[in-house]
Amino acid sequence: MQTYYDPSDLKKFGEIGKDAPELADKFFDYYGSVFADGALSEREKTLIALAVAHAVQCPYCIDAYTVACLEKGSNLEEMTEALHVVTAIRGGASLVHGVQMRKVAEKLSL
Amino acid sequence: MTMSRFAQRLSDHGLELTRGVTTTLQVNVGLACDLTCRHCHLGAGPWQTELMTSAVIEDVIACAARIPFACIDITGGAPELLPELPYLLSGLAERAPKLIVRSNLTALSLPGSAALPELYRDLKVSVVASLPAVNASQTESQRGSGAWDTAIRTLQKLNVLGYGLAGSGLELDLVSNPVGAFLPPGQAATEKRFRQELARRHDISFNRLFTFANVPLGRYLEWLESSGNLSVYREKLESCFNPSTLPGLMCRSLISVNWLGIIHDCDFNLAAGLQHGRAPLNISELHEVPSEGTPIPVGDHCFACTAGSGFT
Repeated sequence: MQTYYDPSDLKKFGEIGKDAPELADKFFDYYGSVFADGALSEREKTLIALAVAHAVQCPYCIDAYTVACLEKGSNLEEMTEALHVVTAIRGGASLVHGVQMRKVAEKLSL
Repeated sequence: MTMSRFAQRLSDHGLELTRGVTTTLQVNVGLACDLTCRHCHLGAGPWQTELMTSAVIEDVIACAARIPFACIDITGGAPELLPELPYLLSGLAERAPKLIVRSNLTALSLPGSAALPELYRDLKVSVVASLPAVNASQTESQRGSGAWDTAIRTLQKLNVLGYGLAGSGLELDLVSNPVGAFLPPGQAATEKRFRQELARRHDISFNRLFTFANVPLGRYLEWLESSGNLSVYREKLESCFNPSTLPGLMCRSLISVNWLGIIHDCDFNLAAGLQHGRAPLNISELHEVPSEGTPIPVGDHCFACTAGSGFT
């Protein structure tokens, strides 16, 4: 079945630079630097990336960072906990706006 | 005969895989094992009956007496299931500066192995233990139900004997293979993490940790095929081919003898049925180590040892 998302397209990511190579080079240089070992380890950074991939609901990123997390030595308990962190923030971001809802409602209500 | 893709890759790079200075004798005592690990390249298991005979054990000891190996490395299956293991170790301990036993940790906890940890200590045997992960679920998905608790208890017991403790002279190294169809994490970062987690949660110490890719042979190959992961895994290994790993590959400095006494260039060639030399060579006929420059037979499984930082 044809779909908008094809897993084999992930390998073509580098081709995105075809018509704007300088910008792509800068992006990929930056991308590589971001994921290098630093104050956070590569393993910790891939766990963050996995969580964010779910928040932005990018199938390519979920595929890539699931593999990357396993290859960096993370396990499913850690990966699942990372998803709960992003889920808590996403849910919390909705819920905290309830403060605004309540403020407006309370102003209008007797 | 069709050239393997690995041989073709070497040819494309103008490389040859040949023996260097042989320093290590690896002894595979048989396929009998108490576990059926899903990544096993040999298909070892409890129903396997292959075990080194007394005659071959004598040949191994005699070979170690006439050839000065720097290291002798006992593997299996589970070496602990060889009834003559104490005899073999005692016969080899004086023959080489370093004597290693590879352990799955569970076989070392069996009732029949009760005296082995102390024997290892007394003979200054180095223990290289398999532990894929620092959590129970991954460990047991690779090695079977109950393997985690037993492995932890065995490591703690080895620590009590002095293994893995600074200044004891008793080496305890860990080997971590990936729990699935993916490549291993970097060794330094993984060793740091294992050290922290095992110390924090289980009060366990060890010397070094090695991370190695799984080799697509035996039971692991069967799983790759049945799970639909084989082609992607092979592509990954081949895409990570690193020619700079060649000089340090273990097959250049090690010879492997199986339970029948037949010589191979490494345990993976043993599993693949690629013997050393043109005709089967028995250890009883081995009077000197293979010459430097002797070609090493290769197959596509060799990509597992040349991926990334390699299997040295």
